[in-house]
Amino acid sequence: MGSSSSSRNKIPNAQELMHQTGFSSAHLLRLHDRFESLDRDNRGYLSPDDFEVLGGLAMNPIGGRIIEAFFSSGQDTVDFSSFVRILAHFRPTDRNRNKEGTQQELPSSRTRKLKFAFQLYDLDRDGKISREELLQVLRAMLGLQVTEEQLQSIAERAIQEADLDKDDAISFDEFKKSLEKMDIDTKMSVSFLK
Amino acid sequence: MLRCGYALFWLLGSVLLICVVSPVKGEAVVTREGSHLKLSESSHSNESQHGHSFNITGIPIVSFKWHHVETPYLVAFWVLVSFLGKLVIEANHHVTSVIPESALLICFGFILGGMIWAADKVQTFRLTPTVFFFYLLPQVILDAGYHMPNKLFFTNLGGILVHAVIGTCWNAASLGLSLWGCQMGGAMGDLDIGLLQYLLFGSLMAAVDPVAVIAVFEQVHVNDVLFIMVFGESLLNDGVTVVLFNVFDAFVSLGGPKIDAAEIIKGIVSFFVVAFGGSLVGLVFGLLISLLTRCTKNIQIIEPGFIFVLGYLSYLTAEMLSLSAILSIVFCGMCCQKYINANMDENSVQTVRYSMKAFANGSETIIFVFLGISAIDKVIWVWNTGFILLTLLFVLVYRFIGVFFLTWILNRYRLVPLEFVDQVIMSYGGLRGAVAYGLAVMLDENKIKEKNLMVCTTLIVVYFTVILQGITMKPLVMWLKVKRAAVTEVSLLEKLTNKMFNHTLVAIEDISGQIGHNYMRSKWKYFEENWMSWILMKPSARKKQDQVFDVFHQLNLKDAMEYVTEGERRGSLEFVRNENSIIDFKKKSESESFDINNANMSNDHGAMSTTSRDPIPSVSLEMHEQIMKAVREAEAINAHHLLDQHLYKSRKQHRHRFSRSHFDINRDEKEVQEIFQRTMRNRLKSFTSAKMGVKPPKTIVKHTQKEQQQKMPNGKSMDKAKTSYSGDEGSEGDSASGYDQSYMRATYRAGAGIENPAFMPDLDPMDLLQIPPWLGESELDSSMVALSHRAQVDLPRTPSNLRRLAPLRISTRSTDSFTLENIPDTQQMDSDQLQPPPPPPRPPRDDGYV
Repeated sequence: MGSSSSSRNKIPNAQELMHQTGFSSAHLLRLHDRFESLDRDNRGYLSPDDFEVLGGLAMNPIGGRIIEAFFSSGQDTVDFSSFVRILAHFRPTDRNRNKEGTQQELPSSRTRKLKFAFQLYDLDRDGKISREELLQVLRAMLGLQVTEEQLQSIAERAIQEADLDKDDAISFDEFKKSLEKMDIDTKMSVSFLK
Repeated sequence: MLRCGYALFWLLGSVLLICVVSPVKGEAVVTREGSHLKLSESSHSNESQHGHSFNITGIPIVSFKWHHVETPYLVAFWVLVSFLGKLVIEANHHVTSVIPESALLICFGFILGGMIWAADKVQTFRLTPTVFFFYLLPQVILDAGYHMPNKLFFTNLGGILVHAVIGTCWNAASLGLSLWGCQMGGAMGDLDIGLLQYLLFGSLMAAVDPVAVIAVFEQVHVNDVLFIMVFGESLLNDGVTVVLFNVFDAFVSLGGPKIDAAEIIKGIVSFFVVAFGGSLVGLVFGLLISLLTRCTKNIQIIEPGFIFVLGYLSYLTAEMLSLSAILSIVFCGMCCQKYINANMDENSVQTVRYSMKAFANGSETIIFVFLGISAIDKVIWVWNTGFILLTLLFVLVYRFIGVFFLTWILNRYRLVPLEFVDQVIMSYGGLRGAVAYGLAVMLDENKIKEKNLMVCTTLIVVYFTVILQGITMKPLVMWLKVKRAAVTEVSLLEKLTNKMFNHTLVAIEDISGQIGHNYMRSKWKYFEENWMSWILMKPSARKKQDQVFDVFHQLNLKDAMEYVTEGERRGSLEFVRNENSIIDFKKKSESESFDINNANMSNDHGAMSTTSRDPIPSVSLEMHEQIMKAVREAEAINAHHLLDQHLYKSRKQHRHRFSRSHFDINRDEKEVQEIFQRTMRNRLKSFTSAKMGVKPPKTIVKHTQKEQQQKMPNGKSMDKAKTSYSGDEGSEGDSASGYDQSYMRATYRAGAGIENPAFMPDLDPMDLLQIPPWLGESELDSSMVALSHRAQVDLPRTPSNLRRLAPLRISTRSTDSFTLENIPDTQQMDSDQLQPPPPPPRPPRDDGYV
C-alpha cells in the first residue's frame, strides 16, 4: 500500500530498528502512530509528562518505575528509537532467531527481559537489589493491609532466599538464578498489535 | 481419620442412593428397551421376592437376611473391591511408573469380570449410564473444576474453546462421514447404519475424556500450558459432546426425511443454549455457594457439605433443564473456589480439598474397574473388523489433523506459540473414556440396530487409547523432550516478580496503546476486587487475599514445621542455641508470629489470642525461645510471667536482631537492653506525670516496646493506647507526639549518615543519652534501623507518603514521578516536625484519629 510505505519513510532508520528489535514493519508503524499520539506537541520526543497523562499508568502501582525505565539513560526525553527499543523487551522471544546465534541478542531474549525486570527493582542502578529497594517495591505493590513489619520480614526473607553470597543484597546473577524456573517468556511478553 | 470417615460416609451415601434409585430406573429402562440396560442388582430382584414368602414359625434368634441388605451390600462391596484393587496396584511402584494406573485398573476389571463370568456364566455387573452420569461422574468433574488453575485456564481459554468446540465438532463430523463413506465404499460389509447414525456415533466418540486424561497426564507432568490445553479441552468438550449427542439423537429419532433447514438451525441454536445455559447455571450455583459460605461461621462443621451438595445440585439442575450438566458443574467449581477458600475455616478448606479428592479418586477407580468388567460380556461383542479398525484409525488420524490445523491457526494469535512437540502430545493425549462408553450404552437399540457393534467399538477405542496410548505417553514425552512442568518451589522473590510482571505488562500495554489481554485482566481484577470480593467474601477474608503474603505465610509455616522436625530429630530444640542456623530459624519463627498477630493486630494482647487462635507450631517455638532468653537474661522473674509478657512482644525483640542477621546476635544485647530499660523507665515516669491521654512513647525497636510493656503498671490500658497508635493510625505518629518522633528521626538521620547538628541539640537530653548506643549499632546497619522506625511511623499513608522517610535517596536521585512530586512536601513535613522538638509530649492531638 502506498500510504503505509510512505508512512514507513517517516520513521527514521526503520530498517535498523527492525533489525535491532525484531519488530516487523507493521509493528513499527503502529508503534509510531502511538508514539505520535503520545507526543502531543509533535516535538519528536516524549517526556515523562507525556506518559503521566495515561490514566491507566497513574493507577499502576509501579507505573512510575516503568516510566522511569524509558528514561533510564538519564535524559529527560525519549525519542522513537529508544521508545521502540524499550518496548522490544516485551516481544515474545524468537526462538529461531536466537538459534542462529550470528546476530546480536535481541531485547526480547530471556536475559534482556530479566535485566529489564531487575532494573525495575534496582532503582539506584548499583547492580544490586538492596533490602531497601525491595521494600519499596513491596510497599508499592502490597497495599495497605499488610503492616510495615510484615513487609520488612517479607523483604528480609525474599533477600535471604535469593542471596547466595550473603551480602544482604540480590545481584543480577542471583536474581537470574532464583528466577531460573520461571517462564519469563510467557510472563513478560505482550502480543503487540500489528 | 475424620476426613476419611466423612469421605467414606459420602461415598456410601451416594452409593446407597444409587441403590434406591437405580433399580427403579433400571426396570424402567428394561421395559423400554427390552434387555441390556439392567442394573447389576436387578437380576436378583426376582429371587428377593421369594425370600418374603417364607412363613415364620417361631422367633428366630439369628436370621440370615441377605436379601434385606443385598443391594447396598453389593454396592459397598464393589466399592471395597475396587479400592482394594487400587491399593494393590499402587503398592507396586515400579509397575505404575511404566503402566498408568488407569490401564492397570481396567486390566483388574478384566480379571474381575472374568471371575464373575466363570462363576455365573452371565455378565451381571456393568457400568450403566445412570450410575455413571449421576453418581460417578459429577464428583470427578467437580474436583477438576474446583482444582482448576483459574488463571492458567482463562489465559488459554481461547485455545481451549477452539479445540473443545471446533475440534470436537470436527472429530465428530469427520469420523461419522468417513465411516459412512467407507461403508458406501463397501469396506465394512453389510451394516444397517445410516449417515445420521454414523454422525451420532461420531459425536459420542469425539470427546476426549477428562477422567482418562487426568489419570494419564497426572503422572507425566508436562508443562502447564500443554496440560491445561489438553485438560481444559477434555473438560469442556464433554459438555460439547453430550450436546452434540443429544442433537444427533434427536435427529435420528426424527428420521432423515423430516430434517430440514429449520431443524438443523434449531439444533445449532440448542447447541449454544445448552452449552452457555449450562455454564450459567454453574456460575449461579458457584456464586450461591460463595454467598452461603459467607455466613456459615456458626456451623463450620457442615460447610464442606454445602459445597458438595450444591455442586451436585448444579449438576442435577442443569440436567433437569436439559442443559449441559458437565459444563455446569465445572464452572460451579471454578467459580466458587476462590471465595470459599477465603471464606471458610482452614479446617473446612482442608476437608473440602481432601474429600473432593477422595470422591474423585474413588469414582475414578470405580469407573475404570467397571470399564474393565463391562468388557467381559458375550452379548456386546459383535465383531466387525472393518468397522472397528477404521474407527480406531480415523479417531487417531483426525485427532492429529484437527489438533495440528487448529493449533496452526491459534499460533498466529498466540503470544507464545505451541511448539510442534506440544501439538504431538496434545493429539496423542486424545484419550477416550467412560463418557463415550456411557453415551454408547445409552443408544436406543430400537433406532440403532447395530448398537452392540458401536458399544463394542467404543470399548475397544477406550481400551486402545487408555491402555496403549497411556503406556506410551510417558516414553513419548521423554523422547520428544517435551518441556516438563518445573517442580516449582515458590519463592517470595518469584512471586513478587511475577506480580510485578503483571503490572509491567499492563503498563506496557497502556503505553503502547493497545487493549490487550493484560488490560482486560487488570480490568477484571479491578471489578473482581471491588465488587465480587466485596459481595462474596467475608470482610475478614478479604484482607488476606494478597498472593505474596500468602506465599510468605506458607513458607513460614513450612519452615516452622521443618524447624520442629529438625529439633525433634535431634532430641530437643536446644540445638538451636549453638547453631549458626539460629538466625534463620528464629527469624522465621518470629516472622511467622507476625502473620498470626496480623489478624488481631487491633488487639495486640498477643499471648493468649495467639495461642488460642492459631495452634501452629510457631507458638511453641516462640515459647521455647522465650524460655531460652529468660535463662540468658538471668533475671529473677517468674518464668511464667515472663512468657506471658514476651509472647507477643517478642517479635519485636527478635526483629531487631534478625534485621541484622549476619551479625553476632548476642553481642551487647544486654547492654542495649539495659539502656533501653532505663530510658523506658524514665519515659514512663514522665508519661505518668504528664497524665494519661498521652500515648506511650512510640517504640523504636523491640527492646523498647518490650521493656515498656514489662514495666507498664497498668499494662492493659496502656497497651490499647499504644496499639491503636502504632497499628491503626501510624500516620498520626508523624503529626502528633513529636516527642518521640524527634528522637526517632534524629536517630534515623544520624544513622543514615547525615550530619544535621541543627536539631540535635534541640533534642530532649534524655533522648540524647540514648543515642550513643543506638548509634553504635546503627552505624553498622543504618538502613536497618531506619527501617524499623518506619515500621511504625508511616505505614497507612498514601503511597507517596510512604516514601517520605527515604528522602535521602530520593533527593539525590528521582525514583519516580510520584516521589519527585512529593519531595518538597516531604521535606517540609520533616522539618515541621523536627525543628521544634518538644520534650514534653504535646497534648494529644490524635484523639480524633483514635
